[in-house]
Amino acid sequence: MAVSPGTPSMASPVLAVDGVSVRLGGRQILDEVTFAIAPGEFVGLIGSNGAGKTTLLRVILGLQPTTAGTVSVGGGPHARGRGLVGYVPQKIQLDPDMPVRARDLVGLGLDGNRLGIPLPSRHKRELVDQMLEAVDATRFASQRVGNLSGGEQQRVMIAHALVSKPKLLLLDEPLANLDIRSAQEIISLLAKICRQQQVSVLISAHEMNPLLPVMDRIVYMAGGRAASGTTDEVIREDVLSQLYGHHVDVLNVHGRVLVIAHAGEGFEILAGDEAAAESAHPDHAPSRSEP
Amino acid sequence: MTWLFAPGFFASSPVHVALVVGGISALVCGIVGTFTVLRGQSYSGHALADLSVTGGSASFLANISPLVGFAGTGVLAAGVMDMISNRQPRGRDLATGIVRGAGLGLAALFLYWDATSSSTTGATITILFGSMFTVGNDAVPLVAAFGLPALAVVAVLYRPLLLSSVSPELAAARGVRTRLAGLACLLAIALAVSLAAITVGAILATALLVGPAAIALRLASTPGRATLAAAAIAVAATWLGIVLAYDSFTWPPTHDGWPVSFFIVVLIFVAFVAAQAIRPGRTLRARGTTPGSPADGMRA
Repeated sequence: MAVSPGTPSMASPVLAVDGVSVRLGGRQILDEVTFAIAPGEFVGLIGSNGAGKTTLLRVILGLQPTTAGTVSVGGGPHARGRGLVGYVPQKIQLDPDMPVRARDLVGLGLDGNRLGIPLPSRHKRELVDQMLEAVDATRFASQRVGNLSGGEQQRVMIAHALVSKPKLLLLDEPLANLDIRSAQEIISLLAKICRQQQVSVLISAHEMNPLLPVMDRIVYMAGGRAASGTTDEVIREDVLSQLYGHHVDVLNVHGRVLVIAHAGEGFEILAGDEAAAESAHPDHAPSRSEP
Repeated sequence: MTWLFAPGFFASSPVHVALVVGGISALVCGIVGTFTVLRGQSYSGHALADLSVTGGSASFLANISPLVGFAGTGVLAAGVMDMISNRQPRGRDLATGIVRGAGLGLAALFLYWDATSSSTTGATITILFGSMFTVGNDAVPLVAAFGLPALAVVAVLYRPLLLSSVSPELAAARGVRTRLAGLACLLAIALAVSLAAITVGAILATALLVGPAAIALRLASTPGRATLAAAAIAVAATWLGIVLAYDSFTWPPTHDGWPVSFFIVVLIFVAFVAAQAIRPGRTLRARGTTPGSPADGMRA
């Protein structure tokens, strides 16, 4: 079931996901997910772990077959190998013993699927240099990617995904494992690139607050179902309660949004601030005390 | 230079064959080995080397070139390993281990028959540890025929293999058929291992496959340079090993020569240890500051 309040009708969306369902081993991973992304839009794909975010991204990429529904990227079928979609996967372990420099990885974003031995090309070098400049990675362009910090690696991965000039950029939890400052830098970088290069961004995250200032629209996922629209349309008690299938409260605390479910005598923060969610969650001992 | 090249070295026909066969094998092993290490398939390479013992020992019984046996079982085993692996590292290792155990069991039987039928241990030594100076002239075209397809796989799939060694998911998202590329790479590894088995013996084959590649990957600044450096290191170690083995005919205790494979493997090992003293990626044109303490550099 899809809850889509006020989804604008788009003439030519970059991405149209229509009634997509995925069933794996008897479990409903995605349940009739429907939404669309217009050119140049910045869309957050928000939901807790297990909500179906990664599966949805893999469906869009053409790596995951669907049980029902259709995906159209740039007016055609799924995205695999058509160069329309750039992808930044979740948590890649980059080995410092691998002599792959930042610029090598960005170069593979241009021609990593081509056959034959690559010949040096001035055109390719210029494209790679421009892309490294655009993500502010020039100063570590010649270092091994495995030796870079998490935030630096994320910039290189974004450059890798964008160098082939896709229409849509998919990012799977790019802010996980980053400190708050690096996460903010990555968000403003993505917002800038989204505007300047007119590329649509679909970014998955379990924490929505850092993305609130830059999101044009939100796709909120819970239990394989999705609600999409502007944040004002989606982050509401009636819409989210319907999505979760039980009552939830939406609190606005000093500009931060928390989605809260009552569970017995306690409560559980379903979405919002990660640190708060961890310390309030009954399964997590409040070991990390955040100020 | 007589201190290095003993008299008669350049006139000896077995030495010529050894230099050509060893040189081609080392070239292929260095290049294919770079991708073996990059893709984290050193264990697969090791298992293929063990399994090539099965083919090698069988080919002695059938009186055909051991290279055909090495490569035959290697390619067969690579196919089986690909079929029963489910792409998860745990499943891949388990599948490899099971095939390897079964193959070595057969090898035990064949080696026993080899030894009892000829009443010598010559075949066993040749298969397990190699004997470069007894490789016949007729092996040269065979070595080239097995080496070329292995090199072709790396040349054609250079970029897809590199990208999927960084992340199989990234490669798949770009439209690389990662399963097919993986199978082609495994077959290339099987061929390279069979060439290594001819040169240094099946037991030591992984040393020639993985050793030069590990050194090159540590020191070189780009994947392309690492591939070329690995080939150069492998060929240098092999040729120097042949020279030293020829010299060793005058050495104690038996004045009958030390095995070529001993010298090649020791040279690679010494170079590997020396390479550990150098911090990675700092040698060729690395600019700027490399983050991380010296302890980071010791992790390999």
